[in-house]
Amino acid sequence: MDQIGSLLDGFGSALSPMNLLWALVGVTIGTAVGVLPGIGPALTVAMLLPITFRLEASSALIMFAGIYYGGMYGGSTTSILLNTPGETSSMMSALEGNRMARAGRGAAALATAAIGSFVAGTIGTVGLTFLAPVVADFAITRFGPEEYVALMAVAFVTVSALLGPSLLKGVASLLIGLTVGLVGIDGQTGQARLAFGVPALLDGVEVVILVVALFALGETFGHLLAGTGTSTVEPIRGRFALTGEDLRRSWPAWLRGTALGFPIGSLPAGGADVPTFLSYSLERRLSKHPEQFGKGAIEGLAGPEAANNAAAAGVLVPLLTIGLPTSATAAVILTAFQSYGLQPGPQLFSGSGELVWALIASLYIGNVMLLVLNLPLVGLWARMLTIPAYGIYAGVLVFATLGTFAAGGTVTDLLVLYGLGLIGLLMRLADVPVVPAVVAMILGPLLEQQLRRALAISQGDAAVLWSGWITKVLWAVVLLALLLPPLLSYLRARRATTSPPEPAPAESPAPRPPA
Amino acid sequence: MNVKGVAPFVAAAVATAVLLVSTVASSGDEGKSDARAFLDGRQLRIMAPAAPGGGWDQTAREMQSALRGTVGRTEVYNVNGAGGTIGLSQYTRYRGQPTELMVMGLVMVGAIASNHSPVTLSQTTPLARLTTDYEIIVVPTNSPVQSMRDLVARMRADLGSVSIAGGSAGGVEQILAGLVGRAIGGDPAKVNYIAHSGGGEALTTVLSGSATAAVSGVSELVPQVKAGKMRALAVSSPQRLPALPDVPTLKEAGVDVELANWRAVVAPAGITVDEESALEDVVVEMTRGDAWQETLRRRGWADATMVGPEFDAFMESEQRRIAQVLKEMGLA
Repeated sequence: MDQIGSLLDGFGSALSPMNLLWALVGVTIGTAVGVLPGIGPALTVAMLLPITFRLEASSALIMFAGIYYGGMYGGSTTSILLNTPGETSSMMSALEGNRMARAGRGAAALATAAIGSFVAGTIGTVGLTFLAPVVADFAITRFGPEEYVALMAVAFVTVSALLGPSLLKGVASLLIGLTVGLVGIDGQTGQARLAFGVPALLDGVEVVILVVALFALGETFGHLLAGTGTSTVEPIRGRFALTGEDLRRSWPAWLRGTALGFPIGSLPAGGADVPTFLSYSLERRLSKHPEQFGKGAIEGLAGPEAANNAAAAGVLVPLLTIGLPTSATAAVILTAFQSYGLQPGPQLFSGSGELVWALIASLYIGNVMLLVLNLPLVGLWARMLTIPAYGIYAGVLVFATLGTFAAGGTVTDLLVLYGLGLIGLLMRLADVPVVPAVVAMILGPLLEQQLRRALAISQGDAAVLWSGWITKVLWAVVLLALLLPPLLSYLRARRATTSPPEPAPAESPAPRPPA
Repeated sequence: MNVKGVAPFVAAAVATAVLLVSTVASSGDEGKSDARAFLDGRQLRIMAPAAPGGGWDQTAREMQSALRGTVGRTEVYNVNGAGGTIGLSQYTRYRGQPTELMVMGLVMVGAIASNHSPVTLSQTTPLARLTTDYEIIVVPTNSPVQSMRDLVARMRADLGSVSIAGGSAGGVEQILAGLVGRAIGGDPAKVNYIAHSGGGEALTTVLSGSATAAVSGVSELVPQVKAGKMRALAVSSPQRLPALPDVPTLKEAGVDVELANWRAVVAPAGITVDEESALEDVVVEMTRGDAWQETLRRRGWADATMVGPEFDAFMESEQRRIAQVLKEMGLA
């Protein structure tokens, strides 16, 4: 098997003392920043990206992998202890995990999250090792502009599931993202759009800036308006060991979460959110203790946590093989790759194989380091949360401002950041979810460029969009995704007349500032 | 353990780690400072008006290491975006400061024209052309198009039906496509050029069989051609290239076009004549050094050193030629 040989070479490079040090620094900083409330992996990676720029490419990628997985672990710690998920995919962890913590079982919650993440992350990385080169080989000869158009259509339709409870508000958010995505030089004609003659806007607005503005600044401004509150940290009682009962209930949930997370995450339309929602409802359906759900059921935390981390590895499959980011974090990773001079896509494995395999190897290493780091140190991380909220948010402002200025280098970038931050605040006040805006900003320009390429190549003949078998299959998926949910709810409504209704799963709006 | 005492400690530890990373990463750059008399101990700064990793960034960083022996430590920084015009607009504020250099090239000439940039190269002092990289036209191995003459025949029959994938709009690949369209008697505006954000992405489009042909930098595509995934039709150089001796030039294939993706270094406007010639000397001396020659071999760039009035005239003629073809293509 080619992959094993390449992977061993990757380990050879990642296991050098210097690179191990960078991996350790990466996971430590990643966890430390990820553990701050309201800062999810995407934000962690975005803010810490500039410090990797000065390293040579392989060390930078290795440190970066550490930051990525570190941010994920840190994020789940915050979700559980503080109930402030930094991104939608850790909302499910907050749901049951925070209940457990409130009941004084924070130690068990953190332990099952850490071990579940390790198990899922490792299995997911193994999946990545074997699946990615296969997908790349397939995509390299089969995926032209029309296939990408159908793929983006699938992505947009599945994203609509994230629009939140109100369709109108979700679409509003989508439109904000699409508009911001239009700013800059149009790829096909080279003409500037919505740049208003400002040179710094010619290259468009970075996705990272939108993420930082809508999530971090929006939340910070929200705190400013509401007045500062000190968040309550759940005391960690007991040792960081799972009881036999906990373990018995956790391990099947870890595996089921992984089984959902990796395949869905590696779909070009997957992302990490859907599998965590699915895992939560699956665990609830299968559990022998359904009455504990919503009150701190350990499998309701173990499953989604595993799903989240398996999906995080899965998301790298479409990202590395066809250059398609399916989550906010993946979009930031894409930016990172480009700033190291690498273009994710079918050529990546053949052109820069060594670097990619070193990255994948360091994902394994980072996973082990994180488990070692997190189990004993979770108490220390939790104490970071006792920094008063005003201190944390002041720090967030400093980080966000510095990071943006370091990346762009002009005052215009800062004005854009704060302008979008105010929009984020307005969205928050109006209860408009921010996730669709970010997703739309990522997918909108991709869809537009590929659609125009496809139509230019066919000289305006739209039939090209459903010409091949791949496109036909993808469009069928689009139709299914559109028609199936109304059909299912219709069927459910009919069944509900004969059997007692089951409790609806908790709605999941965009992450909220801590109460 | 006192909880309040721990928090600042952790924060400090993180800050220290961050500092450690940035200082460790930046150390090792110290070279001996044997500055030229006119530099008078000042440090040269080179702007790469593009993201790290691209051709201009590579050029700036290779200059940095090749200059270490003569002028000591230099600083390279990146200002990304819009074909270099964002960098150029920031660069003009260094008027009259001879220690501020900028790497630029053909792509910037094109971007200034197509972005209608308010800042132009007249606000810089051209110092020296350094390297060239040629372009190559390829088709997938299973394409019915066997040679450049086949491709030209198809373009003559129906220009719009031949789609050509390449890099960003208004960039060197599209300029070449437009020049080829005009050379075979077609309307450059009707050339069906499909822009992509980079060579790799363009390759995906052509390998999937959607686009007829692709244009890209030679150094980027040599591995694909040698691996037999792509068939090379022609190169844009005046003579055949040593790396691909079997691939004809465009002129040999009957298309009277020559295009070099050249890269050069400029100084700010308003520097004195003495400063200009001193800087030119520094650059020329660098290009003759072993370090630079080794760089050219490693990167596969052709040595294209050109300074003084000759380079000024070259810049003039390139600006005219590129602006004209972009205008004909409806891009400027």
